Amino acid sequence: MSTLNNAASLNAPALTNGSGAAAILAAGIGSFTLAVLACAGDKVAAIKNSLIFYKPTGPLSGVTTTAILIWLVAWGILEWRWRNSTVGVGRICVMSLALLGLSLMLTFPPVVDLF
Amino acid sequence: MEITARALWTLLHGLGFGALYLLACSGALVQIYRFTTSAAPLESTPGQERFLRFYLCAMCVLAWAAVLTGAYVIYRWYRATPPPGTTDLSMFPQHLLMSSPTTIGWHSLGMEWKEHVAWFAPISITMVAFVLIRYGRDLKNHQQLRAAVLSFAVVSFVSAGIAGFFGAMINKYAPVQGGPTIQLSQGGEK
Repeated sequence: MSTLNNAASLNAPALTNGSGAAAILAAGIGSFTLAVLACAGDKVAAIKNSLIFYKPTGPLSGVTTTAILIWLVAWGILEWRWRNSTVGVGRICVMSLALLGLSLMLTFPPVVDLF
Repeated sequence: MEITARALWTLLHGLGFGALYLLACSGALVQIYRFTTSAAPLESTPGQERFLRFYLCAMCVLAWAAVLTGAYVIYRWYRATPPPGTTDLSMFPQHLLMSSPTTIGWHSLGMEWKEHVAWFAPISITMVAFVLIRYGRDLKNHQQLRAAVLSFAVVSFVSAGIAGFFGAMINKYAPVQGGPTIQLSQGGEK
């Protein structure tokens, strides 16, 4: 931590931004996957039925399990690729926040009803 | 004084995990904002940094516990289908809400939104905790990362707030009931 503190005080990043960017983009991807699956499950009976992993909970079980798996896999892959790299984090953050914003919209029932 | 097992689970989910997460999140937001925007270097001891790591991990546990108990314990009681001919819907909260035009919105808007939006809280806060723990004070040198982390933390708080609000209102109009009764204390006449 002392290395980090020294580096921070000199305003020179001690760590590359790749790992953080990977975590942020993966969170955006995971959230968006959840929202898209929820919306698709609500609109298409075949998708709804295929998302019933645990009957008492219905399609919510499939929506959340699939989204979490995709989030973790995406995070793992991105972390592996970017861990020691410096990436264009501005674009990645904007993309992640856009995915998160779309996710919030797609889970709001009046918006889902538009489709 | 007694409580049913299902009501106790609902209490644990909503007050034990959900409300505690919201409280913790409001504190964390202030700390994250301070941590990431302060111009002067923040002096903190290793003990304080350990505490922040523990605090963030505890928030992740609370957020995941809230959504997992909600989805896999309580929601199955909420959406249970009544046998044909059932007139008393008090044990079937979803159908009870949908049986009246004055309460149907609590399901069609409230629960339909809550059951999905709530999951953004643990996903976001797990990412926030990871980035804060990994970068520590070096995050001050990554302006765009810290702006994104703060935004995700706000969304986590808002998502949990939406879920908490609708959870409380739904439980007011159609409480999850049933299961074994747990005796909390013996009442005495005054």
